[in-house]
Amino acid sequence: MRRKLYGAALAAVLVATSACGSGFDDNGSATTQQSAGPADLKIMIASSGDAETKAVQDAAAAWATSSGSKATVTPAQDIVQQLGQALAGSTPPDVFYVDAARFADYASVGALEPYGESFAGVDAFLPNLRQSFTYDGKLYCIPKDTSTLALQINTDLWAKAGLTDADIPTTWEQLRSSAEKLKAKGITPLAIGDTRDRVGAFLVQAGGYWVSADGKQATGDTPQNVEALTYVQGLLKDGLAKYPKAMDAGWAGEAFGKGKAAMAIEGNWIKGALKADFPNIKYTVKELPAGPKGKGTLSFTQCWGVAAKSQFKQQAVAFVQAMTSADQQLSFSKAFGVMPSRQDAQATYQKDNPDDAAFVAGAQYAQGPVNAPKMDSVLADLDSGLQGLQNGSPATVLQRFDKNAKTALGG
Amino acid sequence: MKGIRGNEQPAGWLFVAPAVLILGLFMLLPILMALWVSLTRWNGQGSPFTGDVPFAGLDNYTRLFTDEGLTRQDFMTSIRNNAYYVFFVVPIQTVLALGLALIVNNRLLKGKGFFRTAFYFPSVTSSVAISVVFLFMFANGGAINAILSVFGIQGPQWFSDPRGLLHLLFEKLGVSPFLTDSGVFGLSWWDWLSGPSVAMCAIISLVVWTTSGTFMVMFLAALQNVPVQLEEAGMIDGANRWQRLRHIILPQLRPTLFLVITLGLIGTWQVFDQIYVMSQGNPAKTTLTPAFLSYRTAFRDFDYGSGAAISFVLFLIIVVLTLIQRRVTRERD
Repeated sequence: MRRKLYGAALAAVLVATSACGSGFDDNGSATTQQSAGPADLKIMIASSGDAETKAVQDAAAAWATSSGSKATVTPAQDIVQQLGQALAGSTPPDVFYVDAARFADYASVGALEPYGESFAGVDAFLPNLRQSFTYDGKLYCIPKDTSTLALQINTDLWAKAGLTDADIPTTWEQLRSSAEKLKAKGITPLAIGDTRDRVGAFLVQAGGYWVSADGKQATGDTPQNVEALTYVQGLLKDGLAKYPKAMDAGWAGEAFGKGKAAMAIEGNWIKGALKADFPNIKYTVKELPAGPKGKGTLSFTQCWGVAAKSQFKQQAVAFVQAMTSADQQLSFSKAFGVMPSRQDAQATYQKDNPDDAAFVAGAQYAQGPVNAPKMDSVLADLDSGLQGLQNGSPATVLQRFDKNAKTALGG
Repeated sequence: MKGIRGNEQPAGWLFVAPAVLILGLFMLLPILMALWVSLTRWNGQGSPFTGDVPFAGLDNYTRLFTDEGLTRQDFMTSIRNNAYYVFFVVPIQTVLALGLALIVNNRLLKGKGFFRTAFYFPSVTSSVAISVVFLFMFANGGAINAILSVFGIQGPQWFSDPRGLLHLLFEKLGVSPFLTDSGVFGLSWWDWLSGPSVAMCAIISLVVWTTSGTFMVMFLAALQNVPVQLEEAGMIDGANRWQRLRHIILPQLRPTLFLVITLGLIGTWQVFDQIYVMSQGNPAKTTLTPAFLSYRTAFRDFDYGSGAAISFVLFLIIVVLTLIQRRVTRERD
């Protein structure tokens, strides 16, 4: 009886496997059938909100009408997971957002079509953004927009502490002295996120960074990086800077918006967030203070990835071309406040948004995210080191990062 | 097999066929597929069931235990966190559930229905909703710290405090860190002995609060099956309240106790949604658990093989612990 039961179970499994088998057929990535003419493009975006979804949908509809194709835009809830599932099922969307921080993961497994090299007008895009989407010397995809970190200053708190425009910090020393003045008046001076994506800006200002420019080597434990982390640690220890969690905020922008900190280091997105949640706050945006090696900031960007397994690569690239034209980028930036990734569009953008001068200026010298595959858990580990920076040792945090990164990078 | 009922067998198979098919298709088959994935270096591109997918053998498993590196360190940290979590949650929730059941089973209690509903209520509320409410309660200026400050205690920054309870205790006693140079599985003994972090304690209290209601109902059902005569006989023999509980009621509850502890063990080793909503493994990985690590490894790092391997090791841990627990609580005649 027992044996029969096993037999039946096995049979059920076999039946089920064969039934499923057809669904998992792999067409072979290299030889995806290409179709010319009108296409049925599927586009997946990680939307920042309704405004972005609608703007992209409208732009896609306009492109579809003029090209005679169909374009369906789907906003993803969790694009990493949804893309992961779609790629595993060999049915990825034709075009999708790829975040610079995750780009190398997709490029290294061959999920992306490297269309960037032959993209018409590729030189118009900011060089450091193009670098963010280059893997193994090949430009894979075209940056759709960018944002950079800058220093936000709450002008009311600033005046309350008796500070003037002359106190607006342009160097590390000034940042410290202005912060001390604020602290003396009982105001928390600076809110800074406890991740590599904020603290990393200080590394750039000190002339270092987590990894080498080609993303192939870990360069954590250098004198420059130690100097930068020691400086940040000093701010934290003396209560001159606080992580958002210590102020009951989810991120620095929230602490800043609630008036719990006089300064914050955040990117372009803080504009929209403050307008929506804290409309009454008065603030100004300045470039980040320069460190021993000059100015430095971090850039964040996403690109229009085209799936290597798309049936409509040609049309997909044409779609990206339409989405990244200077006019289209400017209309996107009007709709949901992102900064264009094209140099020619940035000039117009700055004219239209004089308050964003600091962000635009930062885009010229910004450093992109760590651009190497398999680094997510290493970077998460680094973040937990940074969370404990106040009582930890900067050198230990950096050495630990180097050790883990070397294993991940295979160097 | 021939006889008066000999021809009933095909009919029997026919009747269980839907269940066998559904279980096979939605449970057994995915489990076997995951087992296969855990033996490969599949990167999430296309099907894992083709010849192109590199076969890794037991590499994904050995990396968790023998190879020095971040993978092992993360995994062992998650095991440590979860072990402390289980160690605190299971006994506390079992005792609390039993206590609540004894209270609402009291024949003299007024408003029984109200209390039963109140105690059970957390269990029927969505865990995500409760997690969010607890996030507010444990915020730095939240309700918990406000209550603590009434007693003159300065509450910790709950969700950003990675210090372990045992480490804090050692610090209080003036014991400096010891055994930091030696250890097993990539963590020093000192790290193993950290105790649950302050952040983990907040999650522990949440889980105890939500699940004890469910287990209270189980205890309550068992308590109502204990014949009143037994307790009355005890009273006649002069047993006091505690003796009646210890020698009459508890032995009657043994099967339920077994059930509650088993369910508790399994549920606590699988903790995921509270972690996902409340802390994502932060601060400093002290709320990282194997279930969450498995998810993160597979879906964030695209290391599906390693992620699947973690979940199978977790499965083995649960099976082994349940077997041990069964042996320990077995009735000894």
